Amino acid sequence: MHALRTTGHQTIPAVAARYRNNFLKEVEAHVEDGEWVKMCMQCGVCAGSCPLGAHWEHPPQELFMMIRAGKRAEVLTSDAMWMCTSCYNCVVRCPRKLPITQIMHGIASYAQELGLAPEVQPTRDFSIQFWKNCTKTGRVNEMKLTVGLYFKDGLVAGIKQVMNMLPVALGLMKAGRLNPFELLRGHSPKDQKGIAAMLKRARAIEAQRAPVTH
Amino acid sequence: MTAPIATSQTILVVGGGISGMTAALEAAECGRDVVLVERSPTLGGRTALLYRYFPKMCHPTCGLEINLRRLKANRRVRVLTMTEVAGITGRRGDYQATLKIRPRYVNETCTACGDCSAAVSAEIPNPYNYGLDKIKAAHLPHVMAYPQRYLLDPSIIGTADADQAKAACKVGAIDLEMQEETVQLAVGAVLWATGWRPYDAAKIQPYGYGRFPNVITSVEFERLADPSGPTGGKLLRPSDGKEAKNIAFIQCAGSRDENHLRHCSRICCMATLKQTQYVREALGDTAQSTVYYIDIRSIDRLEDFYQMVQRDATVKFVKSKVARIAQADNGDPILHGVDTEGYHRYATAHDLVVLAIGMEPESNAIALPQDVITDSSGFIEGSPDGGMCGAGSASSPLDVNRSVQSATGAALRAIKVIYQTASEEA
Ligand SMILES: Cc1cc2nc3c(=O)[nH]c(=O)nc-3n(C[C@H](O)[C@H](O)[C@H](O)COP(=O)(O)OP(=O)(O)OC[C@H]3O[C@@H](n4cnc5c(N)ncnc54)[C@H](O)[C@@H]3O)c2cc1C
Ligand code: SF4
Ligand code: SF4
Ligand code: SF4
Ligand code: SF4
Repeated sequence: MHALRTTGHQTIPAVAARYRNNFLKEVEAHVEDGEWVKMCMQCGVCAGSCPLGAHWEHPPQELFMMIRAGKRAEVLTSDAMWMCTSCYNCVVRCPRKLPITQIMHGIASYAQELGLAPEVQPTRDFSIQFWKNCTKTGRVNEMKLTVGLYFKDGLVAGIKQVMNMLPVALGLMKAGRLNPFELLRGHSPKDQKGIAAMLKRARAIEAQRAPVTH
Repeated sequence: MTAPIATSQTILVVGGGISGMTAALEAAECGRDVVLVERSPTLGGRTALLYRYFPKMCHPTCGLEINLRRLKANRRVRVLTMTEVAGITGRRGDYQATLKIRPRYVNETCTACGDCSAAVSAEIPNPYNYGLDKIKAAHLPHVMAYPQRYLLDPSIIGTADADQAKAACKVGAIDLEMQEETVQLAVGAVLWATGWRPYDAAKIQPYGYGRFPNVITSVEFERLADPSGPTGGKLLRPSDGKEAKNIAFIQCAGSRDENHLRHCSRICCMATLKQTQYVREALGDTAQSTVYYIDIRSIDRLEDFYQMVQRDATVKFVKSKVARIAQADNGDPILHGVDTEGYHRYATAHDLVVLAIGMEPESNAIALPQDVITDSSGFIEGSPDGGMCGAGSASSPLDVNRSVQSATGAALRAIKVIYQTASEEA
């Protein structure tokens, strides 16, 4: 952020600039459902209702306040929004009906876009693998995704995980919910080209969004 | 009962709480004829069910008594209790109102001696104590009731209890043959002073009202604190009758919430501040009140009252809307949430929880005439032609003082309608 900001011919000192809600405006412009952040009245219901409880850095209530306080770096590099499990407990209880879950995911993907997301973050790792996996053919290959995740920390850790989960996997296979041959070939949707075209178009729309200025 | 004589110059006031009484009296004292219709067996409304009222902590008796005296001195107000408006047709200056009068089974000659009450054995949940205790099926609503006349609950009609009540009455005031009556009334203006009711606390699922006995509402707490209430003024918690010393108040219970009432009920911050002083009065320095709040809204001069309570060492404030309540094995409610000043997580046990329940317009439960406009919460504004308008807490969540101001303003509007109708007719 600049020490001095100018509007027209007037110079505003740095203290005043702090109160200009630049980061809130940035969130409104670039984060999905970001325009809802200012509606938060800091009641605390979401923070108190979140099943993650004390296990994360900042509950949504605090994150929204940090956005309004202009704590850009702290918010975007935070681990918090990556921890959201999408249980929607907060959303159903928020007295102001903020789409909290969506905002949490919105901030996470914005941080990812800017390259500010934390390097080591299991949800982020999973999201990246999931995205790569499902955009390849247009259909998620569960076998490949699971195996990829298990072996991400090396062969030994991977084998250990597989052994741990083996009874579950066998159960799923018996019930016809898991097909080991998917590992080799996997099936894909009919109109793979259509899906690729759709994704391309989505990327183009995203690229058209107002550039980030700060 | 004979139909009251009314003309297009008459003002109909619906609801006989402090607002309806005020509107009726102001108009009558300006020389207008008024019919005041009250659904319950007594005037006074919900004000009569408060232990004391802020900001001066006086007993509701004073305010009501002055109005009752004015009422008795005025011949222009006709009071109809146990009466509801079944329908209104017409327009400004020319309305036809249909009134339904429920049978009271006791006529004007009642001396309020109480013999009938002693003679019956059946009891019903006491509506004047929000069902916290029982009342005899032949009863006087409460000490401040107007008219001071007993009534028989319809549930005992046709039973031996009713015959015993009739036999006990020395003046022959009991008439078991009374039937519901329908009365047509021509009136020029209508004031809706139907008041408010507490929001249904059971709908606020995470707070466990109805599941956890020691979670009660602020209107119930008023009755607990009142010496003429179900506990004789002792703050006993429902689960085990233990005296509650460590009491939590949860603000905005049902208010300021898009899932419940979207408006701020405006009086509940002050009601809680007042109730912390009931706790102090009952327990002295051993009292412990904790107020969980989003913002404390004590407007204008009521701020002084807030500052007084802030200085009270028995009262603690926690800036947080409680997320949920759980119940410990000993019946203590445990409050879970995160405190906004520092984002600390808490799980705090209390003896009793009082939900500062929101005010919902009573008229949400009745069918208003079609041309009555309400706001997004259901509070009554009035008809576009000005012939009908809301008065007091029926028009907005208001305390007694502001209800009276609103009712006075409404009376003036009704007088104007009558005045203009009269000059058009002349
Ligand atoms: C917990 C709590 C504590 C409070 N404490 C205070 C306080 O300390 N000080 C203060 O100033 N205010 C206090 N208030 C607010 C106060 O109760 C209201 O301001 C007051 O009751 C408003 O009076 P009213 O006449 O407008 O409505 P009401 O008191 O609700 O009266 C309305 C009347 O209309 C009747 N009625 C309803 N529908 C119909 C119908 N269809 N036909 C005929 N009659 C009908 C009802 O039976 C009732 O008698 C408190 C409120 C709460 C919730
Ligand atoms: S519940 Fe809604 S209004 Fe309350 S702090 Fe959370 S986001 Fe803000
Ligand atoms: S949706 Fe996310 S932020 Fe909301 S309560 Fe669930 S885990 Fe917490
Ligand atoms: S109805 Fe008769 S017995 Fe009952 S209180 Fe009145 S006068 Fe007394
Ligand atoms: S008056 Fe206070 S408790 Fe009542 S709704 Fe408004 S802020 Fe909440």
